[in-house]
Amino acid sequence: MSGIATAGAADVARPGIVGARVQRREDPRLLTGRGTYVDDRKVDGAVHIAFCRSDRAHARIGRIDAAGARQAPGVLGVFTAGDIDAVARPIRATSNMPDYRATELEPLARGKVRYVGEPVVAVVAENRYLAEDAAGLVSVDYDPLPEVTDPEAALEDRALLHESAGTNVIAAREFARGDVDGAMAGAAIVVEDRFRIRRKTPSAIENRSCLAEFEAGRQALTLHASTQVPGLLRDALAEIFDLPGRRLRVVAPDVGGGFGAKASLYPEEVVVCALAMRLGRPVKWTSDRMEDLTATSQAFDEIVRARLALEPDGRFVALDADVIGDVGAYSIYPWTASLEPVQVVSFLPGPYRLQNYRGRVRAVATSKAPMGPYRGVGRPISTFVMERLVDMAAKKLAMDPAELRARNLVRDDEFPYKSGSGIVWDRSGFQDCLRSALDRFGYAQRRTEQAAARNEGRLVGIGIASYAELTGIGSRISAAPGMPINTGTERATIEIDSTGGVTAAFGIASHGQGLETTLAQIVAEELGVRVEDVEIIHGDSAAVAHSTGTYASRSTVLAGGAATLSARALRKQAIEAASYLLEAAEADIEMRGGVISVAGTDSSITLRELARAFYTEMRRIPKEARESLELSASATYDPFFGTTTGATHVAEVEVDPQTFGVTVRNYVVAEDCGRIVNPMIVDGQVHGGVAQGIGAALYEEVVHDESGQILTGSFVDYVVPSAAEIPDMAVIHLETESPSTLGGYRGMGEGGTIGAPAAIANAVADALSGLDARVNELPITPDRLFRLIRDAEQRKGESRYEA
Amino acid sequence: MERIDISLSVNGTTYERSVEPRRLLSDFLRDDLRLTGTHVGCEHGVCGACTVLLDGDSVRSCLTFAVQCDGASIRTVEGLGEIGALDPLQESFRKHHALQCGFCTPGMLMTAVDLLAKYPLSTDDEIREGLSGNLCRCTGYVNIVSAVREAAAARGNDKA
Ligand code: FES
Ligand code: FES
Repeated sequence: MSGIATAGAADVARPGIVGARVQRREDPRLLTGRGTYVDDRKVDGAVHIAFCRSDRAHARIGRIDAAGARQAPGVLGVFTAGDIDAVARPIRATSNMPDYRATELEPLARGKVRYVGEPVVAVVAENRYLAEDAAGLVSVDYDPLPEVTDPEAALEDRALLHESAGTNVIAAREFARGDVDGAMAGAAIVVEDRFRIRRKTPSAIENRSCLAEFEAGRQALTLHASTQVPGLLRDALAEIFDLPGRRLRVVAPDVGGGFGAKASLYPEEVVVCALAMRLGRPVKWTSDRMEDLTATSQAFDEIVRARLALEPDGRFVALDADVIGDVGAYSIYPWTASLEPVQVVSFLPGPYRLQNYRGRVRAVATSKAPMGPYRGVGRPISTFVMERLVDMAAKKLAMDPAELRARNLVRDDEFPYKSGSGIVWDRSGFQDCLRSALDRFGYAQRRTEQAAARNEGRLVGIGIASYAELTGIGSRISAAPGMPINTGTERATIEIDSTGGVTAAFGIASHGQGLETTLAQIVAEELGVRVEDVEIIHGDSAAVAHSTGTYASRSTVLAGGAATLSARALRKQAIEAASYLLEAAEADIEMRGGVISVAGTDSSITLRELARAFYTEMRRIPKEARESLELSASATYDPFFGTTTGATHVAEVEVDPQTFGVTVRNYVVAEDCGRIVNPMIVDGQVHGGVAQGIGAALYEEVVHDESGQILTGSFVDYVVPSAAEIPDMAVIHLETESPSTLGGYRGMGEGGTIGAPAAIANAVADALSGLDARVNELPITPDRLFRLIRDAEQRKGESRYEA
Repeated sequence: MERIDISLSVNGTTYERSVEPRRLLSDFLRDDLRLTGTHVGCEHGVCGACTVLLDGDSVRSCLTFAVQCDGASIRTVEGLGEIGALDPLQESFRKHHALQCGFCTPGMLMTAVDLLAKYPLSTDDEIREGLSGNLCRCTGYVNIVSAVREAAAARGNDKA
């Protein structure tokens, strides 16, 4: 365990609760089927929406015939763009980034449709069966418009998706540092390729769902939504409907996974709210899987041309990249279409020493579902590209790929290190991660075994990927470029009630991460109570004055920081109040396990007794003290810049030359997530992240045909890996406490997905190294692998296959 | 639409209801009986979130009509342990952190109940194969496999 904390001794909480494998308090309700996800909420009088969605990629909307639907049993109404526009402003994701063009998103399409799956008509009926029956009776005429589906063709602007933007390139940016052209020209070795990662969709197992209830008496609207960002939705909807925030509440109850898919505002959420107000009935919409696979935000769709130049000794000297991001039909709120592709160029230089860098990015609108955040955002792609280049260079230099990384990773004495794109890495264990991962993997031994397997003709490969990311980002850096929303602070309010119960309210929204448990651990430790005494409120816009939610690996760092600050403030006040009861000086009083005692004596009171004295037994604490003290405290934490999280993944795969399937045999992750709150939960986050990364590497792909029709509308066609495809894995934690965050925490929820695609791609390339196969496109499906091998064999003139 | 009278037992309680022939068992359980522990993730038979036991065999309640269950005995996640009194499989899931968002969990549990009743589950490969009809997007399966492995071993001890 390395680790320096710039925080003083007093900032480092007493060991015990933080760092322990505390069992999750979420589990009993979720294991017994007593959780409450949005669709589990059954309210009297609720009606259901079925959407008629566009079956054209790009077309002008003609006549809409809804006469039959209006007459169908149980139907309350059929609604189109005009009905919603009348009460709601369109959704507009703005940014002050130069070369960004905002696109307007109408909750129901008006004038034209821009992707297959775009909602056009909303049919409301007494239940979901009847709503879907009636939706089937609606007919919409479309006049086809020219296709805008291929991102490279769309760059030429021959047909425009958004006429008002004047171009399909809705965001562009360039990073440049040093003299790339000079360094490239003088370099001993240059490796380059055109890389592509195909479109993914986050596929949380719970589909999106929302339920709007309007209380006519209070003129107040409550939206229950399967979302990661209730606070962000509350603020956006307040503006869209011009309602004061105090009469608009957004609640995310139990949420069945998000991974970024539930971190944006969706048209359906606006429509349920508009129609609940109009109809005076609770209005629900629960997505089916086909809607989810077509109309939930998608991700990771980029083409990257990149070259890396090296000295003969392996030192990296220059990196040059051009990125085209296929961002789909609209700029998603609030992140904008620039989020994903700009991150690719921001993070491309990786955790390496590299001073000459140029990264250019264009975000191109096409007729596909909007691109949004998905676990890793941009970094799975940047890591795939950079790590492939590193392995290609190692091969060219005839150097071990582990050695080439060791020579270039930023060393411990070089932090803080400003990367080629301007990101500053704070002190973290880049080299340690590489070493630990290789050790645990048994690298040298496995290379020997690999050689033996190869001699038997088996295609076994080993792949390494190292990366770094920014997590726990504070107010100084926008979570998305130029976005006018504060995602950099978190506030916590902790209260001791009149029974001695402790309630801590946060703006984050846990949806699988176990934050009810980890935040309770932090509060309990800092306050001096038992974990089970602390109730955590989250996922409710009414619980806090301002909030956004949980995304961008921020919640442990930001909410943990706010929990620490407010718990300390509350502890101080509780001890002061107790000093009157214990008749002792505050400095002599300690609070532990919910008991407040005078050090070195047996004089003590429980939190419950303190609360009773403070709130009801009015003679025990002087009036002045009761008025100046509060048994509650609020605090806001802003990490300002945020911190660094780094890791190395090592994978071993075997390629089956008959089926062209890839089996992942061994997987090791060494990651530095700073101080750990709960190791069990950290392991779980890494496992889940890696599984999604393996999906991105080998299985998952949203496929459109040339006309923009989606071919992967079910879980039969969009392949999410099962237990049979995901291997056991070893996870090593380095715990270099972050020097930049309160408590030394680093964010780690996304990392698994960042490293895995690159590690798997390198392992497959290594398995095929005898063939010089160009592994430059993900996912490596059996079909792609077959072509890759056939093409490589044909180049070598030894093909087993017909040309 | 015409309705058909059915009578079935769910977790030991007998219910008599009149349902449309097209009503899915998943909707019947969730909406008519308000047993919302059974989840739906795809409604086309792939994700396994909706798995329940029908006369002792695991089935996808999204691919089963309620009318097909006339006279049958159904077991759902609500029929396992309770808060404060989890059953050993649920305890094992908790101990091994085999759930995160919990949405796949009822289906995983019911599938595991079926596997534990019928198969030796003596290797991880066998456990993984058995669970391969249930998708989990959160856990990467590692801890689910551990939880089922431990439950399988404990089952052996009980028998011995
Ligand atoms: S909901 Fe039944 S298998 Fe997915
Ligand atoms: S725990 Fe979330 S899908 Fe399995």
